[in-house]
Order: sequence, then C-alpha cells, then structure tokens
Amino acid sequence: MAAVVGAERGSLGAPAPARRGRGWGGGGRGGVAGLRRGFPLWRWAILLVAGVYFVIPLYAALRFAGIGAFRAVVHQSGFASSLGLSVRLAAITTVITLALMLPTAVYVHLRLPRLRRLLEAVTILPIVIPPVVLIVGVLQVAPGFLKGTPNLLALEYVILAMPFAYRSIDAGLRALDLKTLVEASNSLGAGWLATLRRVILPNLTTALLSATVLTVALVLGEYTMASLDLYQTFPVWIVVFDQTSGPISVAASLLALFVTWIFLLAIMTVGSRSGRRTGSQVALFSVVRREPGGS
Amino acid sequence: MMMTNAASDTAAAAARAAAAGSGGASVSLQNLSRSFGSVRALDGLSLELAPGELVALLGPSGCGKTTALRIVAGFESADSGSITVNGKDISQVPAARRDMGMVFQSYSLFPNMSALDNVAFGLRMRKAGAAQRRSRGTELLEMVGLAQHAKHYPHQLSGGQQQRVALARALAIEPRVLLLDEPLSALDAKVRLQLREQIRSLQQRLGTTTLFVTHDQEEALSMADRVGVMKEGRLEQVAPPDELYARPATTFVAEFVGTMNRIPGDLRGCGVVTVLGATLPVQGRTPGGAIEGEIDVLVRPEGVLVAVVPNGNGIVASKTFLGSLTRLRVLLSGDVTVAVDMPSAAAAAMPQGASVEVSLPAQVAVIVAPRR
Repeated sequence: MAAVVGAERGSLGAPAPARRGRGWGGGGRGGVAGLRRGFPLWRWAILLVAGVYFVIPLYAALRFAGIGAFRAVVHQSGFASSLGLSVRLAAITTVITLALMLPTAVYVHLRLPRLRRLLEAVTILPIVIPPVVLIVGVLQVAPGFLKGTPNLLALEYVILAMPFAYRSIDAGLRALDLKTLVEASNSLGAGWLATLRRVILPNLTTALLSATVLTVALVLGEYTMASLDLYQTFPVWIVVFDQTSGPISVAASLLALFVTWIFLLAIMTVGSRSGRRTGSQVALFSVVRREPGGS
Repeated sequence: MMMTNAASDTAAAAARAAAAGSGGASVSLQNLSRSFGSVRALDGLSLELAPGELVALLGPSGCGKTTALRIVAGFESADSGSITVNGKDISQVPAARRDMGMVFQSYSLFPNMSALDNVAFGLRMRKAGAAQRRSRGTELLEMVGLAQHAKHYPHQLSGGQQQRVALARALAIEPRVLLLDEPLSALDAKVRLQLREQIRSLQQRLGTTTLFVTHDQEEALSMADRVGVMKEGRLEQVAPPDELYARPATTFVAEFVGTMNRIPGDLRGCGVVTVLGATLPVQGRTPGGAIEGEIDVLVRPEGVLVAVVPNGNGIVASKTFLGSLTRLRVLLSGDVTVAVDMPSAAAAAMPQGASVEVSLPAQVAVIVAPRR
C-alpha cells in the first residue's frame, strides 16, 4: 500500500539528531571536542590531585610486590580454593540478588509507586546495620540445611548487595516509561512473561549488568562477614597470607583489584553498545535516556 | 444523561461504515462505573460504537474519558457495567487477549527494537513467521510513510514519526477496535494537524472501529463521526460534530464546545425570551423548567448581528484578526462583553471605539441558561 500522506516532509529525509542526555557526551566528535574546550583548568587540577591520590598507593604496591610475586601468587596454597569459593559465592549472590530485586523493583514501579521511597529506605539498611547484626539475623532465619555451608554466606551477601543492586535496577526502570511500555506490550497480545523477556529485560540490560558488577565486586572484596563466619574467601586468604609473605599478598590484592576493574570496563563497554541501540547511557547508579529529535 | 438521537446516529454511522466495506466491530459500553477512593471517575457511562465508526470522547481533565478508554483496553476494571464487542462480553478478558490496538499519549515504542520490529511485535506474539512479520511490518510502515525508517530505533525518530510507527504497530495486528489515548497532544501544532488527517484517512480506509480520547475539541470535531462530551464521569451528549455545535443538549456542552456568548435576557412565558430588544423562541428546555424570570441567552459569535449606527447599544472594545474572519469584542451596557465573528472585509468598517448596534436574527431559536 502506498503512503497516505507525506506528513512531516522535512523530517523524512534523515533521522533527527538525538539530543544529548544530561551529564553524558553524545559520543560524537564535536561533543568530545566541545567537552574539552568547556573543561576549565580547576577541574583538571582536581582530577590530577584525585588521580595522584589513587595512583601513588597502587604504584607503591606494585613496586613493593614486584613482577615476580604475580607469577608466584597463583602457585600458593589456598589461592585457587579461596578464589574459587569467592567466585562461586559471587555467582550465587548475583543470581539470588537479581532474582529478588528485579521482580520486586518492577512490581513496585508498576503497582505500588508510592512505596518506592519506603523500599529505597529499606534497601539502604544493610549499609547502616553492622555486619555482626546481619549475620546473627541471617542465622536466626536461615533454613537448617544451609547452616554450616558457605552458601549461608551468599545469603548474607545478598543483604549486603541489596542497596547497590536495587539502585542500579531502580535507575534503569526510572529511565523507562515502564507502565506505558508494559501496557503497549499487553495490548499487542504479550502476556507477562513475554513482556518481561522481550520488553523489560532488554531495556534493563545495562542496569542489570551494573547491578551484577557491583554485586560481584562487593563479594570479591568482602572480608568481615567471611572472616566472622570462618570461611576462607579470597580476601580472607589475602589477609592470612599477608602474615607469611607480604609481597605475594599485595600482588594478590592488586590482582583482585585488576579483575574488578576488568569487570567494570566490560560492563561499561557492553552498556555503551546497548545504549547506542536503545538511546540510553548508563552509569552505575543512573540511566539517562535520550529524547527524540523533535516532534 | 443526554443521549438524544444517539440510536439514529449510530445507525447512520453503521450505514456509512457498511457502505465503506468496513470490517470493524461493534462496541457497546453499558452502564460503566468506576471509583478511585472517594472520586467517582465514571458514573454509569453507556456508549455504542457502530462498526467502522470513529467516536471521540471529549471533556475537561478529570472527566473520566481516559478511565473509560483504559477500561475498554482492559488496563482498568469497572466497578460495575460491561463491555461487549460484536455482542460478546469482554469485561473479564485480559488486555492481552482483547485484540485491541492502542496508541498512547506518550511515545510508547519499545526502545530496544527498530521501527520494523516494533510494528511486527504484535505479529510475533501471534506466532507469525519471520517473513510474514517483515512483509506486514513493511506494508504498515509504508502506509504511514516511514518505510525508509524501518531500521531506525525510536530515539532516532522524531516525536511525530514515533507516533506514526505506534499507529502502524497498533494497526498491524488488525485490531477489532483501535483505541487512541490523546495520541497527538505531545506533538507540535503543524505535525498534529498532519497526523490528525493521516489517522482519520487510515481509519476510514481500514474501517476500524475507533475510540478516541482527547481534550482538544478541534481534534474531536474534525476527526470523529460522533463526539461524546463528558463531564464528571457522565456523557452529557453524544452527537455528530455539527449537531453538537449547533444544537447542544446542555449548557455545559454549549459552553465547552466552541465559543459561546452569554447575554442577559428575560423569560416571558410560552417559550419565548426577550434579549437585546427582540423576542425569540427558546430552543430546548428552560433551566429547571422555568417559565418566567431572568436568564442568560447563549449565542455563538457568528450568530450575533452588528451594524455601525450612531448611539447604538454597544461600543467596539477590541478587534482580533483571524484571517478571513475578524472577532470583535463589543461592550454592551451592564458591563456585558459580546464576541462577534464577521468577515474581515466587513469588520474593517468598524474601528475600535465605534458605536454599533448589536442584535440577534429574528425567529432563530436560542439556548437559555441560568443567570450567572
């Protein structure tokens, strides 16, 4: 069938340029150049001071450990088992956290928007409650078959990860007009599962990846709970090993840091690719969706 | 509730639709009521849509028009009443199985999908094959003039283009009913006008029964076969646009649709009123069935006569050029201002401050309302 009318002739020839979201470059060369031109000297100075503050300790640690320690660290007893335990806990924690947080956040956004503030307040509690209290709480309610297994630690980590995971998912949901998208999907014949799979999840990819990275980073670096529960996770092993060999322990710490950085870089890369497609830019706690070029 | 001539109008629309070879469904809303807390959003709304008919629900914010549309779509449930499509009660059918296409006020395209994938989404949900989805999606995009944007993502399209893709997406599933929830209100004036014509043209060509919600009376009057004016959850009047304008059933409809003057007059019994020195018959009922007393006469700006005379009953207070017409505001005694629309050429002879005689045409029935 032929087009009915050539409405909006002016805008048919080429897509309207996307407007840039707040706080993020659009990715074009002009944008980057403009950013550089508009970046005042005092900001460079702050950036430099902050950079030095972070880089000097890393450099000192690298010098102290030496390259040889990185080769030696993987052969140390307890390295593989502790790292394996931490990775396993990270995987379990991430799965449980996302399985709990995603439906909860979606449900609250859709059906109980007035409870969003309350949920935000509740999810921040693990930050203010001491880990010992959390451990005692989890021990009280945990099912018997989990007690005495490292999986119990994963449940404790789920609570710790809650503030970070919820905020990432919440930011992703806030960037979407979720209610309208869900209703549009329903009106086109999609049930809840199809809507979740084809509409909600693909538009939350970057938010979910952010939640995953934060959760993984938290679990890989958590010491207090693991130590109190007497499990030798990677951070606990580093502390224990520190008493045997300082340089190797420092090399292990740096290794953990680099692994976390690689995760973060991966999420940013995947996020920016997905963002180019969907018109959104995602940081760890915020999502900016670009507006259409005009009416 | 006023449903004057509704049945005959429905029949007329049905005949029009049948003549156009419509495949649309008949829709019946029966006595729908819905409350949100203490607010009664819908209060016994009943409306019939003939196959292929476009009915607009028009009313001020909070009158219940969007609630009515959302109940028809299945996103809200009514406290009481029912909805039937082709005689079958669908009140308990979930939104996903109602076979209704909907275009929303906000751009509702799925950001993760291209324009083509958005249009084909409903077909995918109906298990259509990839080739069929592509072919039908392309056909619909061609229909709305956006075939060359098939691979573009929503953020790469303008607002008007997004709404056209949304329209194509809603029509791709060949819905029994098309629901339009203020789809033009986020667009600028020029695009709104173009899209308005495009929607109407497509709707007439496809013969899809359409329920259109808007607060813009120009949109409603220019697009709809019939317009339902709503107030406080109830339909005040459902009628074709010309009838709604010329013969409003209530004071609210008279004043909500178009511009209306209020000129003080006196009921003199026997269904006549004196106003501006003339005695005229009353159209419709008098307020509260009154026979005598002070009332306001409601007259459209184009229904008022004005002539330049020395020592007339009014003075031209202001003039607004509207193109072929000019609107005069004439100040009468008693601090009453009357708007008068007249050809711009004739208005040129009436400068601001000129003395004029304002009158109403003889023998034309007027609407009366309680004195304010």
